[in-house]
Amino acid sequence: MEKKGGFMGWLDKRLAVDSLWKVMMSEYYLPKNINFLWSFGVLTMLVFVILVISGIFVLMYYKPDSHMAFDSVNKTIMMDVAYGWVFRHVHAVAASIMFLVLFVHMGRGIYYGSYKAPREVVWVTGFILFVLMAATAFTGYLLPWGQMSYWAAQTITTLFSKIPFIGPDLVIWIRGNYIVEDATLTRFFALHVTLLPALILVFTAVHLYAVRIVGSNNEDGIPMTKEEKKEKGIPFWPVFMSKEYFVMSVFLLFFFYLVFFNYNFAMDPINFQPADYLQTPPHIYPEWYFLAFYEVLRGFFFSEALGLIAFVLSMFIPLFLPWLDTSPYPYVSGKHRPMFKVIWWIFVADFVALTILGKLPPTGLFAWIGFVTSIIYFIFFIALPIIAAIEKKKVATGGGR
Amino acid sequence: MAEEKVSRRDFLLYAMGGWAAVGLGGVLYAMYKTWEPLPEVKAAGVVKFDLSKVKPGQMKVVQWRGKPVFVLRLTPEMKKCSNRVIKNEYVVVVGICTHLGCIPNWEPDRQIFKCPCHGGEYDACGVNTFGPPPRPLDIPPFKIEGNTIVLGEAGPEYEKMMKG
Repeated sequence: MEKKGGFMGWLDKRLAVDSLWKVMMSEYYLPKNINFLWSFGVLTMLVFVILVISGIFVLMYYKPDSHMAFDSVNKTIMMDVAYGWVFRHVHAVAASIMFLVLFVHMGRGIYYGSYKAPREVVWVTGFILFVLMAATAFTGYLLPWGQMSYWAAQTITTLFSKIPFIGPDLVIWIRGNYIVEDATLTRFFALHVTLLPALILVFTAVHLYAVRIVGSNNEDGIPMTKEEKKEKGIPFWPVFMSKEYFVMSVFLLFFFYLVFFNYNFAMDPINFQPADYLQTPPHIYPEWYFLAFYEVLRGFFFSEALGLIAFVLSMFIPLFLPWLDTSPYPYVSGKHRPMFKVIWWIFVADFVALTILGKLPPTGLFAWIGFVTSIIYFIFFIALPIIAAIEKKKVATGGGR
Repeated sequence: MAEEKVSRRDFLLYAMGGWAAVGLGGVLYAMYKTWEPLPEVKAAGVVKFDLSKVKPGQMKVVQWRGKPVFVLRLTPEMKKCSNRVIKNEYVVVVGICTHLGCIPNWEPDRQIFKCPCHGGEYDACGVNTFGPPPRPLDIPPFKIEGNTIVLGEAGPEYEKMMKG
């Protein structure tokens, strides 16, 4: 290839930006049989950029001090800083919407079998990103120092006290106090604005790199070589991105509708009371995106230990999907796996049910429904190896494909 | 050349690795200590409270180490608490749900402590009767000086209670 001169030519000699651009963008070919759900990867990037920019602006006026935090958010940023309210609402809504986008992104990955060989690394790095996002959301949620965020921090840090032997000391170490106090606020602040976003950036890079190596999956789950994709596929840049611009535009319409007209969905009224460590609100619940896991925690209402084990398991069991699902079908997509399709939809319905139940008081009938839905959550993961075994038999007898 | 397995270069590498491990250990230890509570927090100290200020049937909250301590004075009609009662009429417990650390509310009409978070219930003695809490409300270390209770110091009454 003839080298172009100018600044880009100069840079290419030193940083090989041409090759990098080809691998990452212009010669990364996507199959044609993918639908709009594949756009949610780019949407996570978009939301992350929005979070970083709005976060930097909110950060300029935020005071990480237990005496000043509440007012710095609810008075200074919301009332005094010109357009401070925009950045606060953008940041809060984006944090919430990030999880909607992530759930769709992960759900799409599961349905179409995008976690299966050879995409295990894509799945694992994606899962690590999810955990990092959850940690970032949790540490960020404490910062406004409202009642709900305070008690969320109090209960979630108390979870660590259940670890055998070191638990109680560990909680005091994490909090830097016997209760959630100033020390907890400042260290959560530090993690929220430095370490966690930096780790997210690193893992995003690895995640994207891994996708570029193995290529994107597709609706039918047909394995394609790089050469086949080059012939039949479309380049990520500029062709696929042109479709992404449309999806991003629609998403941003929805996003800014929420920011300007419906920002309250992401904010609990109780969080507009300053944190009071001697008064728990009558009902406490996490933000909507953690409700399902929270419901699994209290679903086993009769046994604390079971609830805790189930909670930890519910968070981390998706990590092992590539090894739970050992189906030998050449088409990995759920589209061509009838049994998988059924349990996937049960799983999605159950996740929605858990999310709704998480917000309801944990008494009477709700407690029992919560117990049943918590168990159904795990059925998906238990069923996968069984379905894979049945499919194996089918393949052996000439069925399947 | 078998006897020359550990060359001068290997030795230097091992020495450097070992020394680096010592340094890393020191860094990790410093990081660990950095997150420990500050001395002023650790010295959160001892709280004294005059028990006779609580009327029969009344529940008062005393703050100790940033935690609420419930002091409930039982009336003769109320449930008897074997081995969880001080001076035969005071229930003194840390007001933090043993499940996940919320603060239960005293419901005088039902005479229970009810945790708002996950519906756990404790009777007037602080013993868990319903829901996820795994154990009764904790009893803070205390010492009795006449009518005054000293929270944060373990006296003979406390030792006896913990044993029995």
